[in-house]
Amino acid sequence: MQPFVRETGIVAPMDRVNVDTDAIVPKQFLKRIERSGFGQFLFYDWRFDENGNPNPDFVLNQPRYKGATILLARANFGCGSSREHAPWAILDYGFRCVIAPSFADIFYNNCFKNGILPVTLSEEQVDELFRRTFAREGYRLTVDLEAKTVTDDDGLRFEFEVDDFRRECLLKGLDDIGLTLQHEAAIAAFEARRVAW
Amino acid sequence: MGQKRTMYEKIWDNHVVVRGEGGKPDILYIDLHLVHEVTSPQAFEGLRLSGRKVRRPDLTFATMDHNVPTKDRHNIEDPISRQQIETLRRNCKEFGIKLFDLFSPEQGIVHVLGPELGLTQPGKTIVCGDSHTSTHGAFGALAFGIGTSEVEHVLATQCLQQYKSKTMEVRFVGKRPPGVTAKDMILGLIAKYGTDFATGYVIEYTGEPIRELSMEERMTICNMSIEAGARAGMVAPDEKTFEWLRGRPYAPKGADFDRAVEYWKSIVTDEGAVFDRVVELDVSTLKPQVTWGTSPGMGADIDSVVPDPDSFPTENERKAARRALEYMGLKPGTPMSEIEIDYVFIGSCTNGRLNDLRAAARVVKGYKVHPRVTAIVVPGSRTVKEQAEKEGLDKIFIEAGFEWRDAGCSMCLGMNPDILKPGQRCASTSNRNFEGRQGRGGRTHLVSPEMAAAAAIMGRFYDVRKWEFKTEVTA
Ligand code: SF4
Repeated sequence: MQPFVRETGIVAPMDRVNVDTDAIVPKQFLKRIERSGFGQFLFYDWRFDENGNPNPDFVLNQPRYKGATILLARANFGCGSSREHAPWAILDYGFRCVIAPSFADIFYNNCFKNGILPVTLSEEQVDELFRRTFAREGYRLTVDLEAKTVTDDDGLRFEFEVDDFRRECLLKGLDDIGLTLQHEAAIAAFEARRVAW
Repeated sequence: MGQKRTMYEKIWDNHVVVRGEGGKPDILYIDLHLVHEVTSPQAFEGLRLSGRKVRRPDLTFATMDHNVPTKDRHNIEDPISRQQIETLRRNCKEFGIKLFDLFSPEQGIVHVLGPELGLTQPGKTIVCGDSHTSTHGAFGALAFGIGTSEVEHVLATQCLQQYKSKTMEVRFVGKRPPGVTAKDMILGLIAKYGTDFATGYVIEYTGEPIRELSMEERMTICNMSIEAGARAGMVAPDEKTFEWLRGRPYAPKGADFDRAVEYWKSIVTDEGAVFDRVVELDVSTLKPQVTWGTSPGMGADIDSVVPDPDSFPTENERKAARRALEYMGLKPGTPMSEIEIDYVFIGSCTNGRLNDLRAAARVVKGYKVHPRVTAIVVPGSRTVKEQAEKEGLDKIFIEAGFEWRDAGCSMCLGMNPDILKPGQRCASTSNRNFEGRQGRGGRTHLVSPEMAAAAAIMGRFYDVRKWEFKTEVTA
């Protein structure tokens, strides 16, 4: 997994609540058996019309958000299906960080497994970031996982919380299967005493 | 210990392999891992790349459900669907996993098949790469959906690194009126409290109205816990649970069964245990529910009207409601009972079990499907299908003009050929009404099987409490 330490980049605003994983990657694209190449399907039904042409109104199609690496979102982002194709698509498209007032559990967890940092800020703080993103073309944020801060060039500084363990895994890009396997003896001992009918 | 604990906490404690210290998650042992074709290919690939094996193939079971055609299953036209199905077959063979294949008599939706086979049992930890794994909580299991990386993690280690959730009691009170189903209880709950009121929590559903439900109805409720944002939903096991499991293929047998029951009784929430949050819902005031929007929380009583977006308290909600009505092609103030539909889907892991089909057939019997409407019934598993056919339910549906299909997820998410065309409106017994869920531009209204059946006949939503049953179906 690619580590996440610090990211400075353009912010793309996704100004809707309850963006679900069906919207992030529609099901017709879940049939691939690889992890890669999902970026082209990100927000597909919103990004493209019925004939596959880009929808100029959709936020990611606007030139000012080209190359964005930070996705700014609303409450309950990533609700719905457990599909990990959603974070795969977000990452493959080029986002390294999603900021929202709240995330759905499974999606939140899936982000950490894929080198994406989900940052939870308060509703008011997210409102402020939306305001600034809309106000200025090329608006950029720096998200620093070591310092646990979100900052911009105008002196804005928000702190965020994240579990220490998740933070460490992300900072170092650790493989958590390897971490669990270090406990082989404990797993085997559990299996020996486990009741099975 | 000695402390009073909830069922969730007991099951958790019973499965801790390593207690996480200093902010680390606990390592939990997983008793049952269910696998399907969509969320597993990359996990098996990961195992291969790192030279790892499946630690407990004996605790891992697979089936195919999301992609399978419900008409002619010999013929999977979409090459990519076929590849996904073949990939699962190959992976199961290579790693020694039991697979309920396309043509096995047990094949079905993973959350229908687990309970049916008796794999799902109280006190177990159960995971699957699918959010509706919460269904299995109806038996008093701790069951939750995981992503593909975690599927790989469980395959390799039979464990998961997990942080404990908070606990919530959802207490149903009052007497459930006739015509109000388990589906209406859960839709009503989410309409009242929202689609994220349980984010970060595991729910335990309690109260007399829950005890009175059948196992199938409890599954309907637990199934949609995820639509409330919950990690899992559970119901304490009782005599109904034990009787339901007795004699199932993978349930314990003989003296083992009695020992199991003793254990199962020990995991229920202690008298006086404290939940982090308690939420109450009086079912006596519930009415049949119909959703009007693109989120499961956008629900209304059948005898009410499509709401006015301006009536919502926050700007974000008003925006979401406006957008939803635009997508759904609905005007505020329209009576729910005047919304005309084109399609009816009866099935899914929410409402594709035998009792659901019985309930729908009871409404349908003696009537004909409205000429504008295409109506399909997709049993949740081949076992359900076979039992329904034994009871003659298939004939009732076919005579009325429904299509009687083979088992799978089908129109719940439309990964197979069963999808809506843009603008088509569907009364669906499934669990999600997201934009495009049943096909791009398709409009989904979530309802109970009874309400879906009545809508198929009337061509619009109809209050099933007023339904004139033509004849009693003897089940
Ligand atoms: S029936 Fe629908 S919700 Fe259930 S497992 Fe299949 S796709 Fe998921």
